[in-house]
Amino acid sequence: MSAAAATSVALPDDTLLTVEHLTMRFGGLVAVEEVTFEAKRRQITGVIGPNGAGKTTLFNCITGFYKPTTGRLSLHRDDGPPLLLEQMDGYLIGQKARVARTFQNIRLFPGMSALENLMVAQHNKLMRASGFTFLGLIGMPGYRRAEAEAKEKAVRWLERLGMVNLADDPAGSLPYGAQRRLEIARAMCTDPVLLCLDEPAAGLNPRESAELNHLLLEIRDQIGIGILLIEHDMSVVMGISDHIVVLDYGRKIADGTPTEIQRDPAVIRAYLGEEEKDDR
Amino acid sequence: MTDAVMRTALPAKKPNIYVEAFKEASVTAVLVFLLSVYMVGLQTQASQGQPLSFTTRFADVFWACILVPCGRYLIALDRQGLHLPALIGGIVSFVYLFGVGTFGLAGSLAYDTFPHPFDEPMVNIIFGLGGIYIFGAAYHGTRTRRHGGLTIDQREAKEQRSASWARRMSGILGPMLVGVAVVIPVFMPFSPWSGATRQVVETLVLILTYVMLGWGLNIVVGLAGLLDLGYVAFYAVGAYTYAKLSTELGLNFWECLPLAGILAASFGVMLGFPVLRLRGDYLAIVTLGFGEMIRIVLINWQDFTGGPNGIGSIPKIDFFGLPFERKAPPGEDTFASFFGLDFSTSHRVFFLYYVILVLALITNFVTIRLRRLPIGRAWEALREDETACRALGINPTNTKLTAFAIGAMFAGFAGSFFASRQGFVSPESFVFIESAQILAIVVLGGMGSQVGVALAAILLIGLPEVMRELSLYRMLFYGMCMVLIMLLRPRGLLAHREPTIQLKKRGYSR
Ligand SMILES: Nc1ncnc2c1ncn2[C@@H]1O[C@H](COP(=O)(O)OP(=O)(O)O)[C@@H](O)[C@H]1O
Ligand SMILES: [Mg+2]
Repeated sequence: MSAAAATSVALPDDTLLTVEHLTMRFGGLVAVEEVTFEAKRRQITGVIGPNGAGKTTLFNCITGFYKPTTGRLSLHRDDGPPLLLEQMDGYLIGQKARVARTFQNIRLFPGMSALENLMVAQHNKLMRASGFTFLGLIGMPGYRRAEAEAKEKAVRWLERLGMVNLADDPAGSLPYGAQRRLEIARAMCTDPVLLCLDEPAAGLNPRESAELNHLLLEIRDQIGIGILLIEHDMSVVMGISDHIVVLDYGRKIADGTPTEIQRDPAVIRAYLGEEEKDDR
Repeated sequence: MTDAVMRTALPAKKPNIYVEAFKEASVTAVLVFLLSVYMVGLQTQASQGQPLSFTTRFADVFWACILVPCGRYLIALDRQGLHLPALIGGIVSFVYLFGVGTFGLAGSLAYDTFPHPFDEPMVNIIFGLGGIYIFGAAYHGTRTRRHGGLTIDQREAKEQRSASWARRMSGILGPMLVGVAVVIPVFMPFSPWSGATRQVVETLVLILTYVMLGWGLNIVVGLAGLLDLGYVAFYAVGAYTYAKLSTELGLNFWECLPLAGILAASFGVMLGFPVLRLRGDYLAIVTLGFGEMIRIVLINWQDFTGGPNGIGSIPKIDFFGLPFERKAPPGEDTFASFFGLDFSTSHRVFFLYYVILVLALITNFVTIRLRRLPIGRAWEALREDETACRALGINPTNTKLTAFAIGAMFAGFAGSFFASRQGFVSPESFVFIESAQILAIVVLGGMGSQVGVALAAILLIGLPEVMRELSLYRMLFYGMCMVLIMLLRPRGLLAHREPTIQLKKRGYSR
C-alpha cells in the first residue's frame, strides 16, 4: 500500500471526521478494507476510485446504513466528546450527529412537492416546535412561526438553486438535473455539519456540472461545513477538492492534495487499469 | 370447406378470429355451466318440521350459459380489433336487461310483459351491468386504437387530468356531503320516504361508522403506507372497553369514549412495536395475524369477555345523563320528559346519528390537520421512501407507531360507539372480513382522499343495505361494483394528493 500522508498540517480542532481501520465485509467479499482517513471542516474531501471500489459502501458505513465489520468512525464536535458513528442507529446519525447524505441513485419523495421535500428535511426541528404534534394540532403560534421560518429556509434554497418556480411540482416529475440539486438542498436543510454526496455529478451535462461545483464551493466557504464528495470521474473532483482519498478494490491506495494524487503512480495504475476495462 | 380454402390460399394469415373467439366462448360456456349448475341450479330450502329439500333453477343456469359466453365472444372479437359488435351488443344488452330489471325492482307490471331471462329482477340488472362493461371495454379499445398506445407523457397528462378532476370533485362533493349529512334527519320526515325515516337514519349511522373507520385506517394505509389487515382488532378493543367499563363500573358513554381511544391506541403501540420494522407484505401478514389473535382471545377468555356469547345488556347511549327511555326511575327525567316531547324510539337513533357524525367529522378534521403537521409529512415521506427518511434523521419506528396508534385510537372511538349502539358485543362482529371491508373502502375511495373514502363507504355499505331484499345477489353486485371501480378508476374513486404546503396559491376555479 503506498503511503500517502496528507501534507497540509491542519489544526487538530479542524478535524471533523476520522475514519480508522474501517472494514466492511459482505460474506466473503471485502468491500472496504482497513481504510483510514480524515475529513476536515471547511474542506471538500474527495473520495474517488473506479466502479466497485467501495465508495458507496464507505458512505453507507459513515451514514449508518451498514454497521461496519470493524473500525472506528468518530465525528468531532466543538462541544463534547466525539460521537462514535459506528455505534449509532442509522437515523440518529442524521438527527444527532448531523451527517447528511445524498444517494447515488436519487432518493427524493417523488409524490411530494419540491417544497415539501425540503420541509420533511427539517422534520426534527419542526417536531420540537410543534410540541411533538400536540401544540401544533391546536395551532399554537409558536409552531406557526417555526413553520414559516422552515418554509422561508426551504424557499431560500430553492431560489439559490434557481428552482423556485418548481416549488409546488411533485419532485418525481422534475427534470433530472433539478432532482439532483433538490436532493442536495434537502440534505442541506437538515443543517448538517458533514455533507456526504454520492456521485452528485452523475448524469449532469457539463454546464450543470460546473454549476454544481460552484454550489459546493459556496457551501464550503459560506456555510463552512465539511463535504465528503464521491466521484467516479477524476477530472470533476480535481478542480474543487482540497483533499482526495483514492480507493481501489476496497483499499485506500492514495491520500493527498489533488496535485499529489495526479502524480501518484498507484492512482495512475488503478485508473489506467480501469480504462482498459472500459475499452472492452 | 371455405375455411380450408382460405388456409391454403393464405398460409401466413392468422387463424380466423371468429373461430378463435368461438373457441374461447365455448370454454367459457363449459366453465359457467360447471360453476353454476350446483351453486345456482340447486337451491336448498329448509322449512320447519320438514326435511331439507331443494328447488331447481335450471332456467337460470341455461340463460347464464348462453349470455356469459355471448359476452365472452364479443370481448374476444374486441380484443382482436373488431370493436363494433361489442359496442352494439354491450349497449343493447345493457339497456334491455337493465331496463327490464329496473321495472322488476320497481314492481311494475311491465316486468312481465317483456321477456326476461331471469326471474329475479336484480340478476337481470347485474347481467345488464355486464353489458355496460363490454361496451366500456370496446369503447376504450376504439379510443386507444385511434390514438395508438399512450406515450409516457400522454399517460402522465392523463393522470394529471384525472387528479385535477378528482380535486375539483372533492372540492364540490366534500362540503355538499357534510351539508346533506347534517340536515338529512331533519328533512326525512318531510320527504316522500318519511315512513322509513328510522331505517334510513339507522343505515346512515352504519355508513357513518364505516366512514369513520375508513378515515381512521386511511391514516395508517393512505398516509403512512402501512398495509394493516388487522384494523378491526382496535375496533374490537374499543367495543369491549365500553362493554366492560359500562357493565362493570357503570361508566357512561362519554366517560368511556376517551378511555376506549386511549386503550386502543396503546394496543396499537403494543402490537405495532414488534411488527413495524417489517415492510410491505410481511407487515400485512403479521397485522392479519394480530387481528385474528385478538378475536381468538376474545372467544377464549370466557371469564373476562364472555367468550363466543359476548357481553350483553350494555347500557345504551344517553343524552348527557338523560336516558332515552319511556319511563324514568322516580324523581329523574328522561330525554323526552325533560324536553317535553312525546317518547319516541327515534330520538335515540337521531342522537346516535349526530354523535357518529360528529365523531367522524372530528376524525376527518384531525386527519386533515395532522397531514399539515411535521408528523403527517413524515408519514407521507415514509410511505414514499423509508431509506431517505432515515438519512434525514427521521426515526421511522416512532413515526410509524404514531400513525398506527392514532389510527387505532379512532377505531377505538368507533368501537365504543358501536357497542353503545348495539347494546351487545361478541367476537363475531370483529372478523377479518370487517378489516377487509374497511380496507376496501380506503382503497376504492382513493388512498389518502378523505372525500373518496366517504363516497366509497356510502357505496360499499349503503348499497348492500338498500338492496337487502336481494339477499345473496347483493354480494354479487357488491363484487361487481368493486371490479368496475378498479377498472374505471384504478387509483380509487377520487385519488388526488394536495400538497401540504404551497408556495403559490393554486387558483383553480370551482
Ligand atoms: N449490500 C451489499 N451486499 C453485498 N455486496 C455489496 C453490498 N453493497 C456493496 N456490495 C459490493 O461491494 C463492492 C463495492 O461496491 P460500492 O461500494 O457500491 O462501489 P462504488 O460505489 O465504489 O462503485 C461491490 O463489489 C459491491 O458488489
Ligand atoms: Mg457507488
